[in-house]
Amino acid sequence: MTDKRLKAGSDLTWRDIEVGNIVTEAGNACARKTGDWRTERPMLDKEKCTKCALCWLYCPDAAIKPAEEGYYVADLDYCKGCGICANICPVGAITMTEEEEK
Amino acid sequence: MSKRVGLEASHAAAEAARMADVDVIAAYPITPQTHIPERLAEMVADGELEAAYIPVESEHSALSACLGSAAVGARTFTATAGQGLELMHEVVYVASSMRYPIVMTVCNRALSAPLSVWGDHSDAMAVRDTGWIQVFCQNNQEAFDLTLWAFRVGEDPRVLLPVMVHFDGFSLSHVTEPVFLPEQEEVNKFLPRFQYPFALDPDKPMTHGAFGPPDIYSETKAAQEVALRKSKEVILQGWREFGDVFGRYYEPVESYGTEGARLLLLTMGSFSETAKAAVDTRKSKGESVGLINLRLWRPFPFSELRRAVKDAETLVVFDRCISFGGPGGPVCSEVRSALYNEKKRPVVVSFVGGLGGRDVSVKDFEYVIERGREVAQTGSKELFEMVGVRGQVTGIRG
Repeated sequence: MTDKRLKAGSDLTWRDIEVGNIVTEAGNACARKTGDWRTERPMLDKEKCTKCALCWLYCPDAAIKPAEEGYYVADLDYCKGCGICANICPVGAITMTEEEEK
Repeated sequence: MSKRVGLEASHAAAEAARMADVDVIAAYPITPQTHIPERLAEMVADGELEAAYIPVESEHSALSACLGSAAVGARTFTATAGQGLELMHEVVYVASSMRYPIVMTVCNRALSAPLSVWGDHSDAMAVRDTGWIQVFCQNNQEAFDLTLWAFRVGEDPRVLLPVMVHFDGFSLSHVTEPVFLPEQEEVNKFLPRFQYPFALDPDKPMTHGAFGPPDIYSETKAAQEVALRKSKEVILQGWREFGDVFGRYYEPVESYGTEGARLLLLTMGSFSETAKAAVDTRKSKGESVGLINLRLWRPFPFSELRRAVKDAETLVVFDRCISFGGPGGPVCSEVRSALYNEKKRPVVVSFVGGLGGRDVSVKDFEYVIERGREVAQTGSKELFEMVGVRGQVTGIRG
């Protein structure tokens, strides 16, 4: 990954900006961590979870990933806390919990 | 060998686009620009020009189609005027910010209301700060020459910026004058193929038009501003090389009879030729007057302007646009700012006239010279004065 934009935005000077703000390489959305947009985080109750994978399927940011023992867990670097997973879960295994001030 | 033919400026611009061998034209007809897309559509239909002509549903779509076309590296041309330029306004910014070297002719037209299809510079001034390279043509030869030159400069890999070529609606767009048309080989010598280094290509995916959050937007704008200012080197080089090939040399600021002149008149566009006649008349009566024709509007030619006016006592700026509630005509404001920090500078006087197609004659320019001299000496109660308006205009106060 050599793209200039893969540096954190705050490291770039105006001289580093590509002509027209063009991103010359594809597949680098992961360079921008969007988890800090979140006000609520999804909490999984493994007792209730049936591993049906609907949350994984519905997550609009592909932030829910297969985890150990067949569970699906949100990657908090990218999860924006939209709550779709909690809404779609047929057994109510995911609850949205307010992010606490650090 | 070039040939001398009678052409209106619109057809001269269309001819330049044809000789530049444009790949894509997307335009929507609007008076007084209509003859340009009409002529180009005809050329494409008749097989004189191998290009895609996209008949769009509005000016907003016209320039949007041009963005896509430039993004794949196609040489792209469009034209508009007045309300059309207003309708494409948001896309005008996008073109320069994404650094797409589109060439656009603007047949300068007044803005509504009241509805007017006739000429003035209100449309141009509304896009002053949009980041395009902008030049004003004085006659039909310049309409041809500067259109051809615009492709060369905008597409230069050191520049990659869109270029607006302004000429006055009707007084140039619809008036036939002799124009020297070059041979295709000469054009090819001057204008290389467009090789866009960031052309969209499915085999080499990249992102154009990514969004810019607060941590990157300011840097992006700074880079764009530096690029526009630096384009001046290429602009000047382009004009030098244009002269070497075609024999006509252009400068950002043209001085006409300014040697030792105590009073200078400054104009843009076709009015400069009328003003030259007024300067000639006054000179023949022994007056110390000269004319400055501002050809390059953006990036603003600061050093050239300062050099051109440094020995004058009075500089009378004639605008074809009102900056409502502002300090004077928009060109005059820029000129004043450019001179403000100079130790020695002329007294700058602002006049506005020629709005909505109102003719400004040689006699009118003689009046402007006379009245300008008077205002410079005794001052005026008004921030600027209007020329050719029935009833004395008062109340334009700071």
